[in-house]
Amino acid sequence: MKYFGLVWAGLWRKKTRTVFTMISIVIAFLLFGLLQGINQGFGTAMANLDVDRLYVSARTSMTDGMPISYLSRIRSVPGVRAVSLWAYFGGYFQDARKPIPAFATDAVELFRVYKEIKIKPEYIEAMAKTRTGVLVGEALAAQYGWKIGDRIPIGTSIWTNKSGSNTWEFDIVGTFDASAYGAGFPSFYLNWSYFDEARQFGTGETHYYIVSVQDPKQAERVSRDIDALFANSSVETRTQTEYALAQSQLKQLGDINFIANAIVGAVLFTLLFLTANTMMQSVRERTSELAVLKTLGFSDTKVLVLVLTEALLLCLFAAGLGIAVAALVFESPALQKLFGDFSMPAIVATMGAGIAVLVAFVSGFPPAWRARQLNIVDALAGR
Amino acid sequence: MTALVTLRNVTKSYVRGKQKVEVLHGVDLSIETGEFLALMGPSGSGKTTLLNLVAGLDQPTSGEVLVAGDRIDQLSRGSLSDWRARHIGFIFQFYNLLPVLTAEANVEVPLLLTSLSKSERRRRVQLALELVGLADRARHKPNELSGGQQQRVAIARAIVSDPTLLVCDEPTGDLDRQNAEEIMNLLQALNRSQNKTIVMVTHDPKAAEYASRELHLDKGRLTNDARRAA
Ligand SMILES: Nc1ncnc2c1ncn2[C@@H]1O[C@H](COP(=O)(O)OP(=O)(O)O)[C@@H](O)[C@H]1O
Ligand SMILES: [Mg+2]
Repeated sequence: MKYFGLVWAGLWRKKTRTVFTMISIVIAFLLFGLLQGINQGFGTAMANLDVDRLYVSARTSMTDGMPISYLSRIRSVPGVRAVSLWAYFGGYFQDARKPIPAFATDAVELFRVYKEIKIKPEYIEAMAKTRTGVLVGEALAAQYGWKIGDRIPIGTSIWTNKSGSNTWEFDIVGTFDASAYGAGFPSFYLNWSYFDEARQFGTGETHYYIVSVQDPKQAERVSRDIDALFANSSVETRTQTEYALAQSQLKQLGDINFIANAIVGAVLFTLLFLTANTMMQSVRERTSELAVLKTLGFSDTKVLVLVLTEALLLCLFAAGLGIAVAALVFESPALQKLFGDFSMPAIVATMGAGIAVLVAFVSGFPPAWRARQLNIVDALAGR
Repeated sequence: MTALVTLRNVTKSYVRGKQKVEVLHGVDLSIETGEFLALMGPSGSGKTTLLNLVAGLDQPTSGEVLVAGDRIDQLSRGSLSDWRARHIGFIFQFYNLLPVLTAEANVEVPLLLTSLSKSERRRRVQLALELVGLADRARHKPNELSGGQQQRVAIARAIVSDPTLLVCDEPTGDLDRQNAEEIMNLLQALNRSQNKTIVMVTHDPKAAEYASRELHLDKGRLTNDARRAA
């Protein structure tokens, strides 16, 4: 520890050069922190997904409708605990360019299927009593300043109602908190029964049945039974677990992830040469200073350790800064909205520190070895 | 008086390309404790080479080097560094301070190798800087000091660990007359009042006048041993 002053001062010998090297390292690790954070974030979200939830959609396309009569038939499959449904509403509030994830559903069953969503029972009751009622996520309500009791006009580019309008009026009867689910839970629900009566076409159809099974071990079997039930009917079904569904949606993201990791890898690799070059230059310029240290009695090994420590300090300090900034970015409101209640996992910081140490050793070793091998008499004489 | 430094039949050769060049030819030398020796001679005569052998910076090709009771020609590289830290204080022509450190941090460097506490190190640094008359410049960086002041900081660094022997290679070579005289007065005072043994290489006869003994080196051989009354 008493050598810290010596190492620290050596590091700042050429301030501009050190600052630029440091900025490069900070940016590289910021990038690393962001991309790894997102990667790990998705991983955690995927791991949290429920295996006892099944999604039934039309085999042809997720946007093709299935008859509502399927509901009672699915409910009668052994092992099924609850079934709700989703029909795309495709809504927006005032500005058609800002869509709202709105679905028509059976609210009572919906919150039996999604047990982790927090909602007061009286809101579910109010929903059952109010035909034009809607339940909205707390974040969405806050975003538009909606309160319970508000009557709001919601536009849709798909559905015309029986009065010939594309704008539907709804009454907010309750809110819910979906943070336990994580990102991606639709945040706006209207009554399917009202929706089905009021729309001009598509009557009697829905896009998803969401099934909760009694025993996760039965999920595979239940899903096969459901698809078998509608085989050879006019609309065949495809039943997937929540995990499989999310995976197919994230597939493209996975490819992006691979590219992102490749970029980070390339950046870190370049960083290796940059740091090595900085350290090598700094050792070259200090030939006589290092010789003086040896003259005064610093052993060859001690000089090697001093130079390595300098590289370590540079890398760890800058990497820490970069990862700290990345962690702050994850706390920003914009990303919180994207990922739900999400912080950068600690493992990313640990990985970052590990990589920083590796970069320091690999790039610091050649100059450190050079410093170790330095011959005092030759260096002092400038040979 | 006991001999602090004894060289017996010391030769030193360098291999330059395919050629072997002998720089010192069978040097015998004895330096007593408390002496202030000026080693003179023309450029290239081997003064620095001889000084480096006495200071344990280099090893002789043959012969014996006995300093402070140790046969340093037989020490390994590693134990030689420890030995230097304990026994030798160095003063160079171009001061050789670490430019990134303040004067006091420069003086502290040799003490980092000891087991002294931080407060004890600080006390000794302060004392050494007072001795060379630079206590008020402790927080200055070398580039904020004149050449003479930098050399005084270097002297403080050389004496801070209370070494057995001070070696100086052209300590006034980079200084003007007045600063050179101040440095020589300081070295003389260290020799006389602190009884420090000093070996100084110089080709400046004025600087040599401050020493208690003069030796001349010519083409790798010692000649002309002159002692002065102290
Ligand atoms: N490491 C070395 N390699 C090759 N030649 C050297 C080396 N050190 C000194 N010499 C040569 O030895 C001679 C004496 O050098 P030096 O002791 O530095 O002389 P002085 O200090 O008296 O000027 C010079 O000719 C110098 O070139
Ligand atoms: Mg010389």
